[in-house]
Amino acid sequence: MIKHYEISGTDFANGGEASSDFKTVLKKLGVPMDVIRKVSIAMYEAEINTIIHGHGGTCDAEIMPDRVVITFKDSGPGIKDIDLAMQEGYSTATDQIRELGFGAGMGLPNIKKYTDDMQIETSEGKGTTVILTIKL
Amino acid sequence: MYFHSVALDSDKCHGCTNCVKGCPTEAIRVRDGKARIIKERCIDCGECIRVCPYHAKISVTDPRTLTQVCKHNVILVPPSFYGQFEGVSDVNVILTALKKIGFDDVYEVARGAEYITAATARLMEEGKLPHPAISSACPVMNRLISVRFPDLIDNIVNLISPMEIAAKMARREAAEKTGLPDRDIGVFFVTPCPAKMTSIRTYMFLTEPVINGAFSVNELYAEIRAAIKKIDKPEKLARASIHGISWGREGGECAGVPSPRVIHADGVNNAVKVLEQLESKDIDADFIELSSCPGGCVGGPLNVENPFVAAARMENMIVAHEDVDPLGEFDIDDMMWKKDLEPVYIMRLDDDFTVAMGKMEEIEKIYEHMPRLDCGACGAPSCRAKAEDIVRGYGREEDCIVKMRERLLELLKEKAKKDYIGD
Repeated sequence: MIKHYEISGTDFANGGEASSDFKTVLKKLGVPMDVIRKVSIAMYEAEINTIIHGHGGTCDAEIMPDRVVITFKDSGPGIKDIDLAMQEGYSTATDQIRELGFGAGMGLPNIKKYTDDMQIETSEGKGTTVILTIKL
Repeated sequence: MYFHSVALDSDKCHGCTNCVKGCPTEAIRVRDGKARIIKERCIDCGECIRVCPYHAKISVTDPRTLTQVCKHNVILVPPSFYGQFEGVSDVNVILTALKKIGFDDVYEVARGAEYITAATARLMEEGKLPHPAISSACPVMNRLISVRFPDLIDNIVNLISPMEIAAKMARREAAEKTGLPDRDIGVFFVTPCPAKMTSIRTYMFLTEPVINGAFSVNELYAEIRAAIKKIDKPEKLARASIHGISWGREGGECAGVPSPRVIHADGVNNAVKVLEQLESKDIDADFIELSSCPGGCVGGPLNVENPFVAAARMENMIVAHEDVDPLGEFDIDDMMWKKDLEPVYIMRLDDDFTVAMGKMEEIEKIYEHMPRLDCGACGAPSCRAKAEDIVRGYGREEDCIVKMRERLLELLKEKAKKDYIGD
């Protein structure tokens, strides 16, 4: 089963709507709360990344009997140096975004921490796809 | 299996959907023109009582004749009750009036609250509180957590409520004073909300009931007001301090917690927001006070006075320093839950994950073709809830009047085409 979400590129106020809706779905399915918590945190971070860096995109969250696979896709600028982006505290967010309290450089590290697998496909100027897998 | 104080007066119900839309656990549906409460989901918050324009939602409390059963009757008075009477700033006046209308004695729940404050502080100092700790004082919140946030049950402080501890103390004192056996002592509560009534009947955390029954504030109000007018010199009955009294409004409980890291939220939907956040990540707080009613207990749906006016009045209650009776020794074990709060997984579609998945897919499919107006005309609170109802077997797609109109238009079109072509 796949839940599809559109993520608006400018909408900070509504950031987190996809992760919050998906959390309700998992609860209704009876997924244990510790798993839901991991999904929520990782998904929220990825959603905010899609807004800030990807200027919006899509999210497809697929539920399988043994795992959840969530794919975030954007057509933003792409990630120049993935290794650098994975470092805690490193961020390319603009001052304007930092003033809003985002851009602490913990997005990708947190996603990695709370998922069982994370794949990044990126190409400069074309966009980024991040695939998160969490075991059930 | 479930007792609920919140009930429907069917004759008064117009079948509108005000209550359906306002229910925080989506526990109400309109069927055959009348609102039905899904018992498993109801948390007795009384939001429906508040919003019903026809006063069709009621709270079932006990008849006053119940006091005839016992020889000595004590009434437990919650602090929010003190704010109900215009021009009265002396607690003694209100307590004296309660004796005048027939109760043999009074006991302030505010005093029970002071014991809970002391017990909470001790548990916190000993490091025995969960982190963050959620107050157990509001029965609606306990039910809400058990049905919507079962994973947060362990965060609730496992102390009984101020009302229950007050009832225990009142019983002991009455037995000492009168020499009567416990069965001859009646302990009653004047309740600002249906949830307290429910918690008295079901005594969730105790193995046996400690309170005989409850009467609603609005039921006793007129009688007490009349009695107040006739009082020349009130008896000295008040013993609780202003700290205990402040529990009647939101934030009052937090004020007694020995930590500055406290959160208090009032109103059931605000409380839900705090719990949702706590569920996904840790909140920077040691103690969380949640009350279902806006403004705290003063906002109870069975109260008479405007909650903001009542809260201000409570703030200015005069308690003579010499009247405050210091707390005696207390046994914390006596205040602990004797039964745990059980999780209720009503939101789950099925206990079996694969079956639940199948149902979820079906819901998504049905929802996709819904008008998504959330008009409520089908009797469900939203199109999504309706889709879920259909899959759970509670409703039919034909209930949707928007879809029905579309179908009707299609039929008319087809008929017009046929008429034009001719059979």
